[in-house]
Amino acid sequence: MNTLLNKRKEPIDKLAAAAAGRSLGAEAVRRMLRSPVAITGASITLLFVLIAVFSPLLAPKDPNEQYLGSLVRPDFIPGSQPGFLFGADDFGRDFLSRLIVGSQQTLLVGVLATLIGLVIGMIIGGLAGAFGGWVDTVLMRLVDVMLSVPSLLLAISIAALFAKASQWSVIIAVSIICVPIFARLLRGSMLVQRDSDHVLAATSLGVKRTTIVFRHMLPNSLGPVIVQATLTLATSILEAAALSFLGLGDPDPSRAEWGLMLGKGARQFLDIRPELAYYPAIAIIVVALGFTLLGESLREALDPKNRR
Amino acid sequence: MALLEVRDLKVVFQRRGERPFTAVDGVSFSVEPGQTVGLVGESGCGKSVTSLAIMRLLAKRGNTVTGSVSYEGTDLLGLSDKEMQDRRGRDLGMVFQDPLSSLNPVIPIGLQIAEVLERHRDMSRKKAMIEAAELLDKVGIPDPTRRLSEYPHQLSGGMRQRALIAIALACRPRLLIADEPTTALDVTIQAQILALLRELVQDTGTALVMITHDLGVVAGLCDEVNVLYGGRIVERAQRHALFAQPRHPYTHGLLSSIPRLDAGRGEKLVPIKGSVADNIPWDGGCAFAPRCPNAVAACREHSPDLVPDHGGLLRCHNPVQPAVAAGGGHR
Repeated sequence: MNTLLNKRKEPIDKLAAAAAGRSLGAEAVRRMLRSPVAITGASITLLFVLIAVFSPLLAPKDPNEQYLGSLVRPDFIPGSQPGFLFGADDFGRDFLSRLIVGSQQTLLVGVLATLIGLVIGMIIGGLAGAFGGWVDTVLMRLVDVMLSVPSLLLAISIAALFAKASQWSVIIAVSIICVPIFARLLRGSMLVQRDSDHVLAATSLGVKRTTIVFRHMLPNSLGPVIVQATLTLATSILEAAALSFLGLGDPDPSRAEWGLMLGKGARQFLDIRPELAYYPAIAIIVVALGFTLLGESLREALDPKNRR
Repeated sequence: MALLEVRDLKVVFQRRGERPFTAVDGVSFSVEPGQTVGLVGESGCGKSVTSLAIMRLLAKRGNTVTGSVSYEGTDLLGLSDKEMQDRRGRDLGMVFQDPLSSLNPVIPIGLQIAEVLERHRDMSRKKAMIEAAELLDKVGIPDPTRRLSEYPHQLSGGMRQRALIAIALACRPRLLIADEPTTALDVTIQAQILALLRELVQDTGTALVMITHDLGVVAGLCDEVNVLYGGRIVERAQRHALFAQPRHPYTHGLLSSIPRLDAGRGEKLVPIKGSVADNIPWDGGCAFAPRCPNAVAACREHSPDLVPDHGGLLRCHNPVQPAVAAGGGHR
């Protein structure tokens, strides 16, 4: 903390000299490295991604092995067991290992849902922003309809439409509720770009419309969308966990999933073994917080108004 | 035949639920190759709208453009969108006011120049980049090869405007429209940019339409000056005639409001009273009449026509008399 404070007190001319001739990206990275919020968010995110990627190696026990064998009966009370750091679940499986392996599922669902939502949202928003006029009106009214239904309710309805629940039904449901966010955002910043001086200048040079859209309007509109994607990643993880919690997720009991673990812990064992609900809940909260902090600080770092 | 001939150009803005607003009301002028014509006036007089209308850059919705804009005999207003797109940048170039916001912030300068060359002259990326470096060199940017890969924010204000001029000139258009190209720059850079423009006009025979509110720019650059007020030309004269003997009270007022070196210390600047009215009432008399020191009864009854006067054109019932003008400001 002390070194951070000291860094802030660097003479202004030194800072100005350092800032001169830097690209926008380098400038943003430099500013993020100075912000404790950004470092916290990035650390949590990085740690989470590392755990998810290397989870098979990190898990102390096999997450699907029922270690307690004959002890597991209908009246078996899960919880702390000798040799199990976070205890065992109601099937006698190692809870810690399942938490670690579950991070993979969380990352996969969160990232995929956000990516699919991002792509569809950008197509809709990009078309609306590039063409304007009636295309814009039609697409944005469609988006308005999607926005008018509360997001979780919409996700539940979409997930429930699938004949057979799977992790894909969760991913698709969550991605669809991301669509309007990205569509609106991209459309808004594209419209700003449409009226910008440099687009007018490019038009005055006879540059073709497609080139103007893809080279001049789109790259300049992406900043807020990228930031929103990090923030949406956090909500996607929460929404996916919520769907699993409600029993609309993957029904495969062998697949470790935080929302499912939380749901089971909260429904069946909250009064006797609350830690079985707390552990996955804390994991979800910390990861969502990490992405949110990262997204917020990214937004701040890229905001030209915060330039110093 | 003139290179560019604007005849009776009229631009009407129509916003839903509002009265139509005539931003440009019957403007006519022509530009010969190698000639520099100035359009001068204060904010809101229609000078920028005129330039955008010539380039057909006004949004289609809500704007009605009538009259004719002929470039080498072709009416630009009658061309299809596609044909007009092919001409922009190739036949007509435009330099804008704010060089920072007129350049794309996320693309290196080199690519922004190359883009136009690829578009209009079918150059390969590599050839276009070499040409781009030559263009940057021509507009006086030092170390042009290194600048190619730099982004607009890494260049100084003057260099950005030079780069913008390089882009506009990339395909050697025969007509360049400069919309207040020096307004966003400081005075020393202004002088450099004006010198650059003058040089280009002389060397290449490019016709230049200079849009400005700065009479200093006019004095340094223009051959012929059109003074606009309320969307109409109120006076047209050759540069020397205009400064030596402004005829329209508005021109006279503009000149009196500039500080002069030879004025006495105690002498105050004379501002023009009032400001431009929102909706300019040319129908019920002269639009400048409410602010005009020379206004007579006729000015409020019917609007004056643009008539030949002392080798130029004048739209005034009661012009400034030479004796008064000599006492007023010129420089």
